[in-house]
Amino acid sequence: MTTAIIVENLGKKYILSHQKRERYTALRDVMAESVKKLGKRIIHPFSGGGLQAHQEEFWALKGVSFDVKQGDRVGIIGRNGAGKSTLLKVLSRITEPTEGSARIKGRVSSLLEVGTGFHPELTGRENIFLNGAILGMSKAEIKKKFDEIVEFAEVEKFLDTPVKRYSSGMYVRLAFAVAAHLEPEILIVDEVLAVGDAQFQKKCLGKMQDVGKEGRTVLFVSHNMAAIEQLCSYAICINSGKVISNGKASDVIVQYLSHNNSGETDLKNRKDRIGNGQIKTTKVLLRNSVGDKTDSIKMGEPFSVEVCYEGSLNNAVVGVIVSNGWIEQLIRAYSYESYPEIINLNLSKFTCHFSNNCLNSGEYSLSIWLGQIGECMDYITDCKKFYIESTDVYGTGKEPSPKGGVVFTEHNWDFGGG
Amino acid sequence: MKGISKHEILIKPGGGFEQYWKDLWNYRELFYFLAWRDILVRYKQTAIGIAWSVVRPLLTMIVFTIVFGKLAKLPSGGAPYPILVYAAMLPWQFFANSLTESSNSLISNAGMLSKIYFPRLIVPTSTVIVSLVDFIISFCILVLLMIWYKFVPDWRMVTLPLFLMLALFAALGFGLWLSALNVKYRDFRYIVPFIVQFGLYISPVGFSSDVVPEKWRLLYSLNPMVGVIDGFRWAILGGETSIYWPGFMISISLTLLIFIFGLRYFRKTERSFADII
Repeated sequence: MTTAIIVENLGKKYILSHQKRERYTALRDVMAESVKKLGKRIIHPFSGGGLQAHQEEFWALKGVSFDVKQGDRVGIIGRNGAGKSTLLKVLSRITEPTEGSARIKGRVSSLLEVGTGFHPELTGRENIFLNGAILGMSKAEIKKKFDEIVEFAEVEKFLDTPVKRYSSGMYVRLAFAVAAHLEPEILIVDEVLAVGDAQFQKKCLGKMQDVGKEGRTVLFVSHNMAAIEQLCSYAICINSGKVISNGKASDVIVQYLSHNNSGETDLKNRKDRIGNGQIKTTKVLLRNSVGDKTDSIKMGEPFSVEVCYEGSLNNAVVGVIVSNGWIEQLIRAYSYESYPEIINLNLSKFTCHFSNNCLNSGEYSLSIWLGQIGECMDYITDCKKFYIESTDVYGTGKEPSPKGGVVFTEHNWDFGGG
Repeated sequence: MKGISKHEILIKPGGGFEQYWKDLWNYRELFYFLAWRDILVRYKQTAIGIAWSVVRPLLTMIVFTIVFGKLAKLPSGGAPYPILVYAAMLPWQFFANSLTESSNSLISNAGMLSKIYFPRLIVPTSTVIVSLVDFIISFCILVLLMIWYKFVPDWRMVTLPLFLMLALFAALGFGLWLSALNVKYRDFRYIVPFIVQFGLYISPVGFSSDVVPEKWRLLYSLNPMVGVIDGFRWAILGGETSIYWPGFMISISLTLLIFIFGLRYFRKTERSFADII
C-alpha cells in the first residue's frame, strides 16, 4: 500500500500581539510603530531587531511528523486549541507552514466548514453549483450528482427559494449534502458533523463511512469520540501543537481520555442548568469496579456515578441519565422508580451503582436531574462524558465491534446439537 | 475508484507553489462561478435591476455635457458633446467599477479565503467580469446615442477591444495591488472611493484632453486612464480626433508596469492572506 500523506517536522508559528485589539493592522498603527522604532534605533543603535515588547511567538504546531497510508481513515483528536485545525489548514494549503514539509499524493478536498461560500441571496439550486465549484467539483460532476444532493438534503420543495429564507437546519443540510458528494482521493474534514438534528447527524456519519469504504483517504477532526471510533481505523492525538500519540483509534482515544481527565468534572460554573436552583449539582465523577476515579470503563465492568451537590432537600427525587453521542437516552435511572424509600438529601453527595453494565464500546455522556416529584430543581444535560472500552466480554478472544449495537448482553447459542 | 492520480503536492514554507499557474487553470470553473455569482447577486432585490448599470453613466453624461459643454463651452473637436463624454464614460465607468469591486473582493470573500484553498488570484480577477457585463450594457446606450445624433463611426471602431484591454490591465493592476493591501490595511477601504472620485475629475472624462496645454500633456499622461480614454475617443469618434502618441506610450508602459508589479505584490503577499485577513 502506498503512502498518501507524509508529514515531516511540520511547524506553524504565529506572532501574537497583545496590546492591539483590532484583528487587522491600520496604516496609522504601522506609521506610529515605525516612528517609535526609529526613535529606539537612534537611542539604542545596536540593540537589533527581534520581537517587540507586546508581541509573542506562538507555535500552533511544532515538529509534527506522521504518515498516512492510502485508504486509511485517520481521526485527529485533542483538546480545543491543541492545533488540530491548524494542521488541517496547513495540509489543505490554506496557510503556509513555518517549517517542515508535507507531501500529499492525490487530489485533496478539504471541508473545514459547512457551507463555505454559500450566498444568502442565491437560491438553493444556485448555491449547490456555487458551493460545489468552491469545493473543487466540476460543473459536469455537480450536474451528475445534483438529484442525489437534493435528495440527501431533503430540500426539494425549496430549491428555488433564496437560502436566506431557509431554516438553519435546512441550510446546514444542504451545505453538508454538497460536501458529502465530493469525490476526492483525500478528504480532509474538520468538526462538521456536529450540525443538524440527531437523525441528520446519523445520516452524515453513515455517508462518511461510505466515503471511507470507497477506499478514500480521510483525515477527520472531531471531539465526538464515538464518531471517531466508528469512522476511523487510526487516530492521532495532538496536544499543544505536538503529536502525543499515534496508532489504533481505540488505543489513542483511551489514552487521550485517561490523560486528560481525572475522572471528575466540576460543575459549579455550569450556566446551562434547568430548574429553580434550590439544590445544585456541583461535581460528578465516575468510579470503576475497584473504586478508582476514571473516565474510561471496560465493557461489562460495573461502575458507579458519584454526584456531589450543595443545599439540602427532603422528599427528593434524583435521576442519572446515560445517553450516547447521538442524543438518545439509553439509561434513565430515577430514584422514584428504583428506590422505594423516602430520600432526604443533606449529606452533600450520593452514588448510583450500575452493577450490570451492558453498554457497548463508545462514548457516552451523563445528565443529572435533582428535584421532587413534578418539580425540577437542577437539571444539567451532558455534564460528563465517559468512554466504554472494548474488551473480550464473551471470552472468545475477540473484541466486539463498536458498530455492533449500542448495548450488548450475555447470550448463548443453540445449534440443535443437544 | 479511479486509479491513483499522479497528482502530488509538496507543502513547505516559502515555496512549493510551482504548480500555481497550473492550479489557476484547474480552477477556471471557480473563476466562472464567482463571476456568475456576482452578476446574479448584483441587482437582487432592486426594483429596476440591471437598469442601474445604464442609469449611472447616462446621468453622469448629461451632467457633464451641461457643465463642460454648455456652461464652460469646452471644444468637442467636431463630435457631438454627449458622445464625446459618453465615449470617455464607458472606459472610466469600467475602470472605476473594476477597481472598487476588485479591491474589496478579498475582504468580502474572507470566509472562503480562510476555509478553502484555491489560487487567490481568482477572486479579484473574477470581479472584473461583472464590470465587463456592465460595460457591454452601457455600450448599447452608446449605439443608441450614435443613432440619435446620426453619428457614423469609421474603421477605427474595430480597435476598441484593444483599448478595453488596456483599461482592463490598468484596473487589474491597481485592483490586485489594492486588494492585497486591503487585506492588511483596511485604510484602503476608504482610499479607493476617494481615488475613484478624484480620478473622474483629473481624467479627461468631461472634456477632451486637447484642452490640456501642450507643455503639460506629457505629465498629464502619467495618469494611465488618459491613454485609455484618448484611445476610446480616437476609436469611437474617428474623424479629426488624434492621439497624442508620446503621452499614449507613457500611459501604456505605465499600465503594464503597474500590472506586473501589482501581480508580483499580490503573489508575494498571497500566502499570508489566510493568517491576517
